[in-house]
Amino acid sequence: MRALVVDDSRAIRSVISRMLREMGYSVTEAGNGREALDQLAATGGCPDVALLDWNMPVMDGFTLLGELRKDPSYASMRIMMVTTETEIDRMQAALAAGADEYLMKPFTPDALRDKLGILGLSQAA
Amino acid sequence: MSPSLDPQEFAWLCTFLRNESAIIIDETKEYLVTTRLAPVLKELGLKTLSELLTQLKRRPLTAVHQRVIEAMTTNETSFFRDLHPFDTLRNDILPELVKKRGGAGLNIWCAASSTGQEPYTIAMVLREAFPDVAARSKILCTDINNTVLERTKQGLYTQLEVNRGLPAPLLLKYFDRKGQEWQVKEELRRMIDARVMNLAIPWSGVAMMDIVFIRNVLIYFDIETKRSIIGRIRKNMALDGFLFLGGAESLLNIDSDFARTMAGKSTLYKRAA
Ligand SMILES: C[S@@+](CC[C@H](N)C(=O)[O-])C[C@H]1O[C@@H](n2cnc3c(N)ncnc32)[C@H](O)[C@@H]1O
Ligand SMILES: [Mg+2]
Repeated sequence: MRALVVDDSRAIRSVISRMLREMGYSVTEAGNGREALDQLAATGGCPDVALLDWNMPVMDGFTLLGELRKDPSYASMRIMMVTTETEIDRMQAALAAGADEYLMKPFTPDALRDKLGILGLSQAA
Repeated sequence: MSPSLDPQEFAWLCTFLRNESAIIIDETKEYLVTTRLAPVLKELGLKTLSELLTQLKRRPLTAVHQRVIEAMTTNETSFFRDLHPFDTLRNDILPELVKKRGGAGLNIWCAASSTGQEPYTIAMVLREAFPDVAARSKILCTDINNTVLERTKQGLYTQLEVNRGLPAPLLLKYFDRKGQEWQVKEELRRMIDARVMNLAIPWSGVAMMDIVFIRNVLIYFDIETKRSIIGRIRKNMALDGFLFLGGAESLLNIDSDFARTMAGKSTLYKRAA
């Protein structure tokens, strides 16, 4: 299984990536929405899941979510917002824009594993 | 910190816990006693475990005894714990029982329900699949620990707790924001009946149950206690009811009047024909 982690904090990116690798994922990282789109276009293919921070410079995670959901080549990608934004209206907006899950920072590895399980992605191979 | 107990004191404490909660602690678990009771000593302003034992030896039982039992129980739980049992509940068990009961309310028992994530998970699954039946159903929540039952009644959860296992759409649908916490909506809270119960002691006044969840608690008991609890639960269940256990638990060598069945990805139990 392949995961894409998009977060402007290098520290947070590497924590999430490590958790995912321990669950058997191969992981790529990007520091903002623009970088993620460029990377996806350059490498082709579609990760099984993308974990998006909300607040990032250049292109934020909510905008990236909209871009990804507009493009049919990413239709099979499951998208999880992973963010310090914990207001109900933010969550509603993200789900309405096509996010499949929403994980509030801070979180434990168990919480991440649970959310991937909900998305049917727990048995990473 | 607190100097450890001498062997007789430790043995006395194990017997006390066994008598009052059925929980088995063996000689290798002294560290568990020391770490779990350290905060209790602090709360009570005591310096040593021996001082605490002196209080525990007094009768009648007081809040101190209750506090020690609560400190020694593991309350670890989460929403949709292990996922599969709740898929099975939604896809197999509820449709079958709702049909058989002609849409009447169901009696569901969550024995050892801890802080309530398990019963509220059941409530959400039932409410999503059969809203009318949910409105007529009751979920009995029992636990030996009154503090966790009070939390269940309030239905207040921290961000870390709702992060664990709860699908975001259900969080939005069934919870209200209360400051930094999240509270289960009244429509689910009214399905819940919470009652303090030590499973090791025969109970009365419990309705015949259609579905029983008794998960991640039998592991703490010895085989005789498991047998008597499961036997009494069986007698408290409808003939066509279903029993769910935790992932590491089974009724092998415990109760042959229950038959193991598979539904979806879960193992569960029915009363043997
Ligand atoms: C690990 S939790 C399990 C919670 C939930 N069933 C689950 O699987 O997530 C175990 C619970 O059993 C309760 N417990 C321990 N001994 C008990 C007893 N003798 N009678 C009733 N409840 C007991 C504890 O207070 C604790 O809340
Ligand atoms: Mg950020």
